[in-house]
Amino acid sequence: MSTTNAEVNSSVEGSTQSPAAVRLENVTKEFKGIVAVDNLTLELAQGEFFALLGPSGCGKTTTLRMVGGFEQPSSGKIFLGGQDITWSPPYRRDVNTVFQSYALFPHLSVYDNVAFGLRRKGKDKVDIKRLVEEHLEILGLGGFGPRPATQLSGGQQQRVALARALVNQPRVLLLDEPMGALDAKIRKTMQVELKRIQREVGITFLYVTHDQDEAMALGDRIAVMHGGRYEDLGAPQRVYDEPATQFVAEFLGACNLLPVTSDHGQLRLPDGAAIGARPGSMVNSPELIAQVGVRPEKMLLQRDTGQSATSTDAMNVVRATITTTIYLGATSEYELTTPWGGHLHILAQNISDADRHGPGDQVIVTWERDHGFALPAAVGPQRVASTEIEEPTQ
Amino acid sequence: MTDVLERPKAINKKPSWLRRHSPPYWLSLVGGGWMLLFFLIPLVSGLIVSLETGNPISGYTLTWNWHIYSQLFVHSDIPYSTFLLRSLYYGVATTILSILIAYPMAYFIAFRVSVRWKSPLILLVLLSFFVSFVIRTDMWSFVLAQQGFVISGLRKLHLVSANFHILGTSNAVIGGDIYNNLPFMVLPIYVALERIDRRILEAARDLYSNGRQVFLRVVLPLSRAGIFAGVLLVFITTVGDPVNSSLLGGVGTYTIGQAIQDSYLTNQQFNVAAALSTVLMVILGIIMFAYAKIFGTENLENLV
Repeated sequence: MSTTNAEVNSSVEGSTQSPAAVRLENVTKEFKGIVAVDNLTLELAQGEFFALLGPSGCGKTTTLRMVGGFEQPSSGKIFLGGQDITWSPPYRRDVNTVFQSYALFPHLSVYDNVAFGLRRKGKDKVDIKRLVEEHLEILGLGGFGPRPATQLSGGQQQRVALARALVNQPRVLLLDEPMGALDAKIRKTMQVELKRIQREVGITFLYVTHDQDEAMALGDRIAVMHGGRYEDLGAPQRVYDEPATQFVAEFLGACNLLPVTSDHGQLRLPDGAAIGARPGSMVNSPELIAQVGVRPEKMLLQRDTGQSATSTDAMNVVRATITTTIYLGATSEYELTTPWGGHLHILAQNISDADRHGPGDQVIVTWERDHGFALPAAVGPQRVASTEIEEPTQ
Repeated sequence: MTDVLERPKAINKKPSWLRRHSPPYWLSLVGGGWMLLFFLIPLVSGLIVSLETGNPISGYTLTWNWHIYSQLFVHSDIPYSTFLLRSLYYGVATTILSILIAYPMAYFIAFRVSVRWKSPLILLVLLSFFVSFVIRTDMWSFVLAQQGFVISGLRKLHLVSANFHILGTSNAVIGGDIYNNLPFMVLPIYVALERIDRRILEAARDLYSNGRQVFLRVVLPLSRAGIFAGVLLVFITTVGDPVNSSLLGGVGTYTIGQAIQDSYLTNQQFNVAAALSTVLMVILGIIMFAYAKIFGTENLENLV
């Protein structure tokens, strides 16, 4: 964890003069002996879109609720703009939340829902009217003001929930799986819009989700949480291309894991073939490397015509046999077996018919050395089953 | 077997409009018949009986005697209008006090009690219903009697004067009314509070509301339908009730409910009883209609 923490500090270095928008310092939360959040330290830069990603039960929602003030940490501190808010109640925090279920006030109109926070803050009537109408406009809800909030569609309710939070111009906006209840199509358009709104208003967003595509599409930085702590944190591309752990690699997408052993600094596959890989952030000594991960779309297939198949410094080469082919239109998915009995999963673009392969074909698999990332042996419990990841956390 | 074979034939035939749409009407037939038999017919016959004249010995005949209404309420030997106003006063006082007592109870059970204790507490609220209405009211008159242990105990402790009494006063009647009707107020309010999504309360706190504001701006408005339902149940039962005032009250607490009961059962003035109950019904109808217009909510049907 030490290396990833260093990375947090470096990425917010630009904002050292102004304090971080949110800072969690060694925050731990226990519920009746169960550790939900485990000694978590996080820093969100001003104006950043930060995505907290993880399967259900990883502690991401608890983290968000502690920032919102709905849960108190068992230990540790939370700072908002440099100010310790660990013990202040939700209504004294300059933070607003977009709830998963929207939690709109059913007895109020759209306008009154959006004006709710401003009225409690005792803002001037004229200002309230101007701000509310401005935000209804930003969210494409112009003219919806007098409607009862609960009679809108899911997507519209989501916008009201956003407007209701944003209108207060909080220091940080917390979003708890806000797209969870939307269908796939609306979700896509809302993602684009959310990103636009975030840039427009310039407020720091802390976005909690279990959907890796959403996190990568939206986040300036993402943190992948597992068992109450984050296993990796960084820009989406970096975390995807060079994940710190096997859990992160597999949570962000499909991944081939090649078992390797280190032989005087040289990585070798079980059949003895030498391969190269980019050193991972968690493994600074070759002795710690237990496997090499390669994304399915990064591996290329060639027909085996008896040419030599030895890896070079820049390119790794492995012989394999295709076992199944699944045609998906734009791409094809291949399952292969390797000489050492392992399985490979490859995703290939269907560019020409000549490039397609059938079951039983002998092929040569190549990938760039830098597309392989070194991983340590998986420690502790293995990643949760994929069915569990689909469920939104409560 | 034959039934199975014949069925497809029936399905192939396109059912007529009436066939497809009649089930709801058929289903409402029982309820509709019930209302007709036991509500509408008594209502009309009550009105007709009130227009009869006669006496218990020679019987009553319908003479369309509309004067009975002015006789009873304008220049009457017996102050029926006082009884009516007194009943309305008891109704209003009971309703207001019931809300004040029931709301915190319902709030406590809905928001402050863990799930496993909710049902036992609701059962406790309902427990008094397990004893007959008349018996439990009479038990109160036993407990609060001059020689009962409460008052004699207070007297021995010199906390009250020698001629202090509770029975026979309006307060005793109102107390009995509240005691007997409290569950009717607690339950609808509890249901309304229980239905409030807890995340809405979090949203309110998130939007700068302190505890008092969360209650006044969110909880109270969202439980309005429960209060409304409770008011209907408690007010109507209290105004027409003859039991509490006769068992716990005295000469000065005679209510319209007692007047109806006595004129019907004791004096057998059927026309008077019918006229009084018609007036009571009309007045309650007007009050409830006005109340519904002013404080009513559209989602009442969600609760009752």
